Amino acid sequence: MVEWTEFERDTIKDIFSKIDYDVVGPAALTRCLVVYPWTRRYFGNFGALYNAEAIMGNEMVANHGKKVLHGLDRAVKNMDHIKESYCELSQLHSDQFHVDPDNFRLLADCLAIAIATQWGSAFTPDIQAAFQKFLSVVVFSLGSQYH
Amino acid sequence: MSLSSKQKAAVKDFFSKMSTRSDDIGAEALSRLVAVYPQTKSYFSHWKDASPGSAPVRKHGITIMGGVYDAVGKIDDLKGGLLSLSELHAFMLRVDPVNFKLLAHCMLVCMSMIFPEEFTPQVHVAVDKFLAQLALALAEKYR
Repeated sequence: MVEWTEFERDTIKDIFSKIDYDVVGPAALTRCLVVYPWTRRYFGNFGALYNAEAIMGNEMVANHGKKVLHGLDRAVKNMDHIKESYCELSQLHSDQFHVDPDNFRLLADCLAIAIATQWGSAFTPDIQAAFQKFLSVVVFSLGSQYH
Repeated sequence: MSLSSKQKAAVKDFFSKMSTRSDDIGAEALSRLVAVYPQTKSYFSHWKDASPGSAPVRKHGITIMGGVYDAVGKIDDLKGGLLSLSELHAFMLRVDPVNFKLLAHCMLVCMSMIFPEEFTPQVHVAVDKFLAQLALALAEKYR
C-alpha cells in the first residue's frame, strides 16, 4: 500500500482542481508525441503526425490528451486504491492497445513539464516531488496487469 | 539519436537565451533532483546539508550547469570534448549513469518553468536529445 503524507494528498487534490484539463492534457500528449516520436506508433488512425507542427495542430491528439488526463481523475479520487482502480485500464492497454508500459513513464514526464510551463515557480520542488510520486503509482498500476 | 544541424542550432539558441538565468536553473535543477529522487542524496553524504535549496546543493547545481554550457560549445564532438569529465565520473565519482537521465528531466522542468514560451515542443526534443548525448559522452569511460 502506498503511504501518502497530508501534504501529498492536499497537493494532488490541489493540482487537479486548478489545472485546465483542456490545456494541460493536449500539451502533455503533444510533447510526448514530439519528444518521443516512437510513441506515434499507437496513433496510426489519428491522421497527420509527421512533424511537430502537424501534431500540435492535430485535433484528435488534443481530444485524446484531454481524455487521458481525465483518466487520472479516478486515481485522484481514490488515492488509497490506485492499483485496483486501474485493473481494467491496465488490461485494456496490454491486451487491446498493446502499449509498451515504459511509454506511461514518458507521458508522465511530459505531464510534469506541461504543468511546469503553466505554473512556473509555483511548481515548487515539493509539489513536483508529490506529483511525480503520484504519477509513478499510476504508471506502475497501469502496467500491473501486463502478462 | 544524434542531433540534426537544425537541432544543434536550436540548442545553442535556447541556451544563449537562457544564459542570464543559467545559475538559477542549475541550482534549482539539482535541488529538484534531491527532492524528487531522494536516493540521489547518496552521492552527497559528505555534505552537512544535502536538502533541496541548501547552499551546497545550489552551489553544486551551478557548477554542473557550467559544465552543461561548456558542453554546448563542444556539441559537435561531445565524446572527445568531455573525455576528462568522463574519466572523472567513471573513476572518481562513479555516479550511476541512470542519474544523468533524472537530472536531465529536472533541468527540463526548470527550463519549462522559467521559459514557458521559448521551451516549445521542438526546443524540448532538441534539448532532451542533447542532454542524452551529453550523458552518453559522460558515461563513455565507465567500462
